[in-house]
Order: sequence, then structure tokens, then C-alpha cells
Amino acid sequence: MSAEIIISVKDLEKHFNAGAVHALNGVSVDIEKSEVLVVIGPSGSGKSTFLRCLNLLERPTGGSVVFEGTDITAPRVNINLYRRRMGMVFQHFNLFPHMTVLKNLTLGPTELLKKSQAEADKKAMQLLERVGLSDRADAYPSQLSGGQKQRIAIVRALCMEPDVMLFDEPTSALDPEMVGEVLDVMKELAKVGMTMVVVTHEMGFAREVADRVLFMDEGVIVEQGTPEEIFDHPQSERLQSFLSKVL
Amino acid sequence: MAEAFAKLKESFIFNFIEGARWKYITNGLLVTLKVTFFALLLGIAIGVVVAMIRSSYDQTKDEMQPGFGKTLMTGLNNLARLYLTVIRGTPVVVQLLIGYFVIFVSTTNTVFVASMVFGINSGAYITEIIRGGIMSIDPGQFEAGRSIGFNYIQTMRHIIIPQAFKNVLPSLANEFIALLKETAVCGYIGLMDLTKGGDVIRGRTFSAFMPLIAVALIYLLLVIFFSWLIGKLERRLRSSER
Ligand SMILES: Nc1ncnc2c1ncn2[C@@H]1O[C@H](COP(=O)(O)OP(=O)(O)O)[C@@H](O)[C@H]1O
Ligand SMILES: [Mg+2]
Repeated sequence: MSAEIIISVKDLEKHFNAGAVHALNGVSVDIEKSEVLVVIGPSGSGKSTFLRCLNLLERPTGGSVVFEGTDITAPRVNINLYRRRMGMVFQHFNLFPHMTVLKNLTLGPTELLKKSQAEADKKAMQLLERVGLSDRADAYPSQLSGGQKQRIAIVRALCMEPDVMLFDEPTSALDPEMVGEVLDVMKELAKVGMTMVVVTHEMGFAREVADRVLFMDEGVIVEQGTPEEIFDHPQSERLQSFLSKVL
Repeated sequence: MAEAFAKLKESFIFNFIEGARWKYITNGLLVTLKVTFFALLLGIAIGVVVAMIRSSYDQTKDEMQPGFGKTLMTGLNNLARLYLTVIRGTPVVVQLLIGYFVIFVSTTNTVFVASMVFGINSGAYITEIIRGGIMSIDPGQFEAGRSIGFNYIQTMRHIIIPQAFKNVLPSLANEFIALLKETAVCGYIGLMDLTKGGDVIRGRTFSAFMPLIAVALIYLLLVIFFSWLIGKLERRLRSSER
């Protein structure tokens, strides 16, 4: 089976503070279309940095990221055009507090994709319907629960009709009773074939939804494989000790 | 008591009513408000632009690749810093005199000159206010904008500035009130503002108390009125977000 590769990461390095901090030390991975890739690892292992290098929120200090055939780390690439096709969901939602939910969802499509407001509204309402929040379209973010905010943040990314979705610990800031509603939306997305890269501590989600799990530590991929391989037959000592702490 | 009151009344009539001298006050008030208003508009325009130059340079200088863009940004940033240093390092009266006698020599429109000078002056202070407002916004807001695909300017315009503006409104209001009072030195270039108007009456009637106290009272009432108005506006803005 030779699936289409959507993101190809090669020898990725990211050093902070003029080389004092090595967050990534040569990470290479090919992400296939419709794949759900879950990234796990201890805190500070470079998971967020890896994810943020994929859409260049962090500019890598070495290596390359090829997205849909274009090396987006090359000079003179207009990264804004590629970011539109990579949705990102943050731990702290980062909804725009001065706009209603509907405006949060339609700002990108109207300004960047040049959709009419009516067209953008229609698409946004359809997606809101799917996550069960169509009655909150006129609310402001401050009027929503954490779980609702994160579902809206996912919809905001989806409104740009991306080819990939990047999630950075999307449920870590949520009260436990709200984690499920967000994971359900993500499972739904996986089911319809969205390519997803998910940094998470939700091992249940990883086991159930992931096609592949990456275990990172100290800026490198220590081990990768199917959920069964990673969770049931961990090879390295580092992964075994990590799993013994989180499971 | 009644005698003192009668004296005040007499003085009032003498200073303001006779020779329609109240017109110095009302015309002067109009000039003061005009200069303050135009100066504030110009100051905000300059403040937004310079604040954007300063903070975009600070935020992107490590990532910019060498080339025309970087050279331009570095030049603009240095220019902005020079502007801030010079304006905040010299008295506004001196700037006013330079504006009138050196820069805008060919114009006799003193309202224009004063508006320009005070606008350029307050622009420097408003720059710092807006820069503080931009820095007070959660960096996650910026990242969210960029991750959707907005460029730097678009992110600023749609996401950061509207929020920063709301945060800095109290400081901008203070700047407006400070400006209103600062324009009282406009008389240095012969502009008939409120202060100068009162002073002209003093020169005509040779009585200082009535015209100068009247001028002071008018400033005070204006400040109280605008403070009240701004407080109201702020409460409205705050409630629109909840
Ligand atoms: N902006 C930054 N400046 C300096 N160091 C950073 C920055 N971002 C991350 N780091 C460092 O890089 C390492 C990896 O961080 P991160 O990718 O956030 O880890 P994780 O998401 O796995 O917890 C950590 O040591 C962290 O302190
Ligand atoms: Mg992280």
C-alpha cells in the first residue's frame, strides 16, 4: 500500500535561545493522507515544538517540512497560503473574545477565502450543527464552557476547509467532564478521513483512534508504531517507564 | 455678603458683557476643542502606525530573512525610535514654536499648525500606550490568527488592535484630557484659544480674577464632563463583551 504523503518532515531541528535549548534534535516522519498520528511523550519532550514547526508557528533551525509537495521551510515561500490548509487547535482554545461565535468562524473564510458572508455563515452553521452548538452562534466566547469553546475552536479551523488538522493537547485545559465531548468531535473527524496530528495525554483516545503513535523524548522520536505495538509491546526502556507513569 | 455678590456681578458684566467680551471665551473654547480633537485624531493615527512598526519589528526581527524587507523594517524601526526620543525629550512649547516659526512658516493657519504639532507630540505618547495595549494581548490570540493564515498586518487589524484598543481606552482618554489642558500654551504662536481669550480680556479690563477664574472653571468642567462621558463609554464597551 503506497498511500499519498501529505506532510514529509526531514531531520527537523529547533534550538531556542541561540542553541542553549535543543527542543528538537532531528525528527523525521512522513504523514499520510487520512492518517491519525498521535504524539505522546513526557512534558518538555518537544511535542508542541514539533507540531508548531509543521505550520511554521515555530521556524525550525534545521531540516525541512514538505507539505503537499512544497518545501514550506524554503526562503520566499508565502507561509500564509499553506497555513490556511492546516487547521490548528490549541490547548487554550484562543477564540477571539471580541467576536461572536459566528464571526470567529467566518472571519477567515470571508477575509482569506473571499467567501461571501452568507456563504461563510451557511458553512459555519452546518458545522456548528454537527458539533451540536448551532444555538450558540450569537454567543461570545466568554459565555461558553471550556468544552464548548474547544468544539468551536475545532469548527473555526474546519471552516477554512483544511487538508490537515493539528491538535496541541486539546483537552488538557478542560474539566474532566468536558473531555469526552471534545474527543467525540475529534473521533468524528477521524472517521470522515481527516488527516490529523494530535498531541495528547489521552491514552484511551490514542489507542482507539490512532493509526500510528509516536513516542517522543528529549527532542527525538524514540519509538513509533501502531497503538498495540506502543501500548502493549513497548520496546524501549524510556517508553516503558513513561507508560508506567501515565497508564 | 450681598455687597460682595453685587461686586462680583458688576465685575462679571464689566469683563464679559461689555464690548461682547464673552466672545473671546466662546471663540477660544471652540479653538481649544478643535485643536484637541484634530490633534487626538492625528495622534491616534500616528500612534497606531508607529506602535505597529515598533512591535512588528520586535516580534519578527529574529525570523526575518535578509533582504529588502528586513532593511526597510530596520530603517522604519530606527526612524520610529528617533521620533519617540526627540518628541518625548523636548518641551511641547518648544515644539510648538519650531512648528510655527521653522517648519510651517508659509502658513498663517495657526489652528492647523497647533493641531499638527500637538498631534505629532501626542502621537509619541499614544504610541507607547498602544504598544503596551498590544503587548497585553495573550500571544495565543496572535498565534490563532496566524494559524488560520492571516498575515501579520491582517492579524493586527482584525484580532489584536480591536482588543488592544478596548484595553487602552482609559489611557487614551487620559491622554485626551491631558492634551486638552496642554493646548493652553497655544497662545505662544498667537492662537486665540480659551486661555489666550481669557488673558486678552484681562489685558483689556485690567482685572485678572474674573477672566482667569472663568477660564479655569471652563477647563475643569470640560475635564469632568469628558471623564464622565468616557466612563460611560467604557462601561458600554465592557458590557458588549459579556
Ligand atoms: N519559545 C521558547 N523559548 C525557549 N525554550 C522553549 C520555547 N518553547 C519551548 N521551549 C523548550 O523546548 C523544549 C520542548 O518544549 P515543548 O515542545 O513545549 O515540549 P512539550 O510540548 O513536549 O511539553 C522544552 O525544554 C521547552 O522549555
Ligand atoms: Mg506542549
